[in-house]
Amino acid sequence: MPSAETKPLLEMDRCTIRFGGLTAVSELTMSIGAEELVGLIGPNGAGKTTVFNLITGVYEPSEGQIRLGGESLAGRKPYGITKCGIARTFQNIRLFPSLTVFDNVRVAFHLHLKHDAVHSLTRFRAFREEEAQIATQTFELLEIFHLGKFRDAAAKSLSYGDQRRLEIVRALATRPKLLLLDEPAAGMNASEKQELMKLIRFIKDKYKIAVLLVEHDMQVVMGICERILVLDYGIKIAEGAPAEVRRNPKVIAAYLGEEVEIKNSK
Amino acid sequence: MLSRSQYILLATLLGVLVVSLFSSSYNPYFLDIAVTCGINITLAASLNLINGFTGQFSLGHAGFMAIGAYSSAVLTTNYGAKLLPLVGGQTWILFPVALCVGGLVAAAAGLVVGIPSLRLKGDYLAIVTLGFGEIIRVILQNIEAVGGARGMIGIPDYTNLFWAFGLAAVTVYVVWALVNSTYGRGFIAVSDDEVAAEAMGINTTRYKIIAFVVGAFFAGAAGGIYAHFKQYIAPVGFDFNKSIEIVVMVILGGMGKNVGVIVAAVLLTVVTEPLREFGQYRIILYALLIIGLMIARPQGLFVWPLWKRKNA
Repeated sequence: MPSAETKPLLEMDRCTIRFGGLTAVSELTMSIGAEELVGLIGPNGAGKTTVFNLITGVYEPSEGQIRLGGESLAGRKPYGITKCGIARTFQNIRLFPSLTVFDNVRVAFHLHLKHDAVHSLTRFRAFREEEAQIATQTFELLEIFHLGKFRDAAAKSLSYGDQRRLEIVRALATRPKLLLLDEPAAGMNASEKQELMKLIRFIKDKYKIAVLLVEHDMQVVMGICERILVLDYGIKIAEGAPAEVRRNPKVIAAYLGEEVEIKNSK
Repeated sequence: MLSRSQYILLATLLGVLVVSLFSSSYNPYFLDIAVTCGINITLAASLNLINGFTGQFSLGHAGFMAIGAYSSAVLTTNYGAKLLPLVGGQTWILFPVALCVGGLVAAAAGLVVGIPSLRLKGDYLAIVTLGFGEIIRVILQNIEAVGGARGMIGIPDYTNLFWAFGLAAVTVYVVWALVNSTYGRGFIAVSDDEVAAEAMGINTTRYKIIAFVVGAFFAGAAGGIYAHFKQYIAPVGFDFNKSIEIVVMVILGGMGKNVGVIVAAVLLTVVTEPLREFGQYRIILYALLIIGLMIARPQGLFVWPLWKRKNA
């Protein structure tokens, strides 16, 4: 359960979204505390990515409300929600392929710029100082995540694992309060998964942010999450500490199916 | 203190001014081609911001050019007699003002076209902008005050080498400076992946509109240079073919590559000249050249490294 002493960072209050006749997410209520690491799991098609898209403003809930730090996010465009402090990565990596590694991160500092289009034309001292400062910050961030050596390489030329890492770094550059990771372990081997788990923990501790993790890989989810939510057919079927969730019969049923008595028809 | 890029711009402007002072001693034929080069560089560089850097495929650049050409020409031709005394009879003050007015009217058109049509993507946007360009042409054809289909005559001869290349230099600087900043990397991000750009806090609509407005402004100003260079403008000169011509320059030069686009604009302006003796066939040769270049260098003329070995 979320720590009761502080107000939760993100609250989803009875959120429902329907696509035509299909209810993808139904009356989902959940909350994430500041600096909490929450996992969101569920079988294929359970609505996990839809929840991400609801939080990040790609979809608007048909019913219900989403609040960040007590403030409603209704009606905000995705870029506005990022501005409020929610950053995400994508299930299928979405870097800016033609930009360099450095520029991929630099562009994410955009939100905290004091300058805009006009200042890039006049190029006064304040502009140049800010640019130099951003360059330093970008480089520092790349160094922390061991991507510094690739700074001038095109993002598309990186290896798969490095691209995943770069996407997380880029999201961090927007200075989020909540980081949403959509299947970061997809396509990774066992040692890469270990690395990733270390990385997520490191990010949480260093930047003091909350993380919501959608993941198929049980080893990763059970290994690092403090709390886990289980979705099935858009409905929350379980919530709790990893050990509790693992034993929950509903969860086992959702993943493995229920025991059914097969009657002989004859 | 200026930044290095601004010193380069100033040096270029100064150089163009010096070269331009001796215009009378140059061969008028070459002068003519040079001014056309300047206009085409401006058009191609400004379209490069929209098509190349921001990835919004626009086929309406000739429309913006037409708006700028007509509005600046109306200002100098019809109101020149009244306005000239206000600036002490100095055409070198009146002309840039007229160019700015042309640019601003075109930019306003860019805004009007931009806001509704930027909800569209890719091919659909291309079709809408193409339609826009045609609408402008047809409207101009039906305004009798500017000569209708016959065109507008008697435009004063204000354009010289300095204005043509000065504007080209400013355009290239603006496009370069806009894109080469943390803010400006957003244009390329929009072109690369809109969904990811939004997720990184980039207001994609705003970026697209800025690209359209700035691109339209310089296309309009280039139209003004063109009008005061030919001293005669007709709607037919700003048709679909003109838009395509500019798009070809951008694609040939390399989408989102400033140097390549400048070289392509010059190349495509100059290359048809020696082919004049072939008469109508030169258009075929021109087309073949473009096809050949596209096969040989699909990434654009000047994309570094110039000679890259194919990976095995």
